[in-house]
Amino acid sequence: MNRKVIFKGVALPYLLLLPQLLITVVFFFWPAGQAIWFSFLRQDAFGIRTQFVGFENFADLFADPLYIQVIGNTVVFSAAVTALSIATALLLAVLADRQIRGAQGYRTLLIWPYAIAPAVAAVLWIFMVHPSIGLLGQALNGMGIPWDYKLNGAQAMLVVIIASAWKQVSYNFIFFLAGLQSIPKAVLEAAAIDGARPVRRFWTIIFPLLSPTTFFLLVVNLTYAFFDTFGVIDALTKGGPAKSTETLIYRAYIDGRVNLDLGSSSAQAVVLMVAIIALTAVQFRFIERRVHY
Amino acid sequence: MATLELSGIEKSFGQTPVLHGIDLRVADGEMIVIVGASGCGKSTLLRIVAGLETATAGTVRIGGRDVTALEPADRDVAMVFQNYALYPHMSVFQNMAYGLKIRGLPTAEIRRRVGEAAELLGIGALLERRPRQLSGGQRQRVAMGRAIVREPKLFLFDEPLSNLDAKLRVQMRAEIRRLQKRLGVTSLFVTHDQVEAMTLGDRLVVMHQGHAAQVATPMEVWARPADNYVAGFIGSPAMNFLEAALAEGGAAAALKAGPTIRFADGPRPGADGRRIILGIRPEHVVPDPAGLVLDLDLVEPLGSETVAHGTLPGGEAFAAKLPGAAVSPGDRALAVALPPAAWHVFDAASGRRLDPG
Repeated sequence: MNRKVIFKGVALPYLLLLPQLLITVVFFFWPAGQAIWFSFLRQDAFGIRTQFVGFENFADLFADPLYIQVIGNTVVFSAAVTALSIATALLLAVLADRQIRGAQGYRTLLIWPYAIAPAVAAVLWIFMVHPSIGLLGQALNGMGIPWDYKLNGAQAMLVVIIASAWKQVSYNFIFFLAGLQSIPKAVLEAAAIDGARPVRRFWTIIFPLLSPTTFFLLVVNLTYAFFDTFGVIDALTKGGPAKSTETLIYRAYIDGRVNLDLGSSSAQAVVLMVAIIALTAVQFRFIERRVHY
Repeated sequence: MATLELSGIEKSFGQTPVLHGIDLRVADGEMIVIVGASGCGKSTLLRIVAGLETATAGTVRIGGRDVTALEPADRDVAMVFQNYALYPHMSVFQNMAYGLKIRGLPTAEIRRRVGEAAELLGIGALLERRPRQLSGGQRQRVAMGRAIVREPKLFLFDEPLSNLDAKLRVQMRAEIRRLQKRLGVTSLFVTHDQVEAMTLGDRLVVMHQGHAAQVATPMEVWARPADNYVAGFIGSPAMNFLEAALAEGGAAAALKAGPTIRFADGPRPGADGRRIILGIRPEHVVPDPAGLVLDLDLVEPLGSETVAHGTLPGGEAFAAKLPGAAVSPGDRALAVALPPAAWHVFDAASGRRLDPG
């Protein structure tokens, strides 16, 4: 069936596209273009003098051992957040898919964290993990386990990973649940009759059939971990202690907004942009091939 | 190869009873067709045998072993689903090999069995394809193949032909029957199609509202239906039912449509005036200028025969199937006789068959 609408002339279709194009250009391409342009400039802190420096901002960045450390942090952080949130969501979705009674309520409850602002979510977690006022923090210290994520870098990383993953679980859960419910019941019954036990059914039938969903979520979650976790990190640790939870996006913010080094911050934004484009391209090229649609 | 015994199978979904105590004994190698209208519980019965549903009461024995409490995996049955239920992410070969792999068969043995089954079903060239690259008939064959390679004790078919087009359905029907005879595997086949039921089954189970209305060979179900439901369900066009009452001391029926006619095979029990239903198949009706006059409203010429629909003088709907072009579409009336030898007599209250005696 060909349902393509053929317009007479070109004015109307372009007019209809215009709002979308305008938004894209004004809010995406223009800032991105400015970031690229700024990354070749160096400004003084008051914005009075601007100088074209070519790739010097980039060269400085990659010569900075702290920046290399931030890249490492970002890789660990993003991989952990993505793995944790996807695995948890999948587990919850499988459980919810089986449960029939009360499923509606369960689903509604699970989607709530997604509706919470990052800063609010972070405050919730502070009340749990703070060494002196947090329930969990107090309990750990009470058991003799030295816990202070404000001093211990590894603990701080753990806290921001868990808080960031927790926020993303609900989103992933919804997609996994929809994916699970689109698997025909008869296929699972056929597998059961073929002799497959539940665990085997999961790994040989359900998981492969969910792979389009998993792939999509992988891309979305990595992007989330790269960019959208700024609020959680800012409210929980501010990148500390000793820059141990500083990720690329947080460093770009610090250098641009706090240190007023617009050139370097823009260069970092460009690096981030290139990194995420490359990552997504790689995922589509190599992982998508192994996805069964 | 195995026998199947169902005793007292009951099933309720919540407060809704679906099956009211089904008993069935299937001999080794026999093909049983469970037939009935939708909602009669036939699929539920099959799923209970497969282990996909749990019976509320009763036992299932396969090859003498009580499997009522066992998981589907432990029952050694294979099932062909209505929508085939092939694993969409696996090739045809992998689909067929899946059950064998789980049972830990050596690779060489798996290859041999899948190869043989594929050869038997004529899908040898498709082994590397994915299900979505196959036509409906090919998917059907793969689903059959997946069942065959397992060499199970029991084949279960859940309306496997209903998604195929008419021509393919007839072809696959014959193929399934041939295959089942050749492999000699005890089989249960669920369908709502009476032609499938008549042609496939060694015996039929006609289900009606959760009861097995009749369990018998196809010819017996056709020739001696146990009640008026079975009588109306098997046969096309459906049997005509006429209201009547016993007369002449049980030796005759007084039709609402007019005449009183004597039974050909002896008197029925009961007092005169007992309300009965007379059934006569449209193909047993004969034209007779001295007979009842049928007020025609539709004539369907089918070439080798003609089906005439109309109403009797009493206002009851009636159909007659006559050889050749005995009626023409323009005719408004047709006089027919109802030969008593072709009558089926049912009790009006219970619907049960009334035999002479």
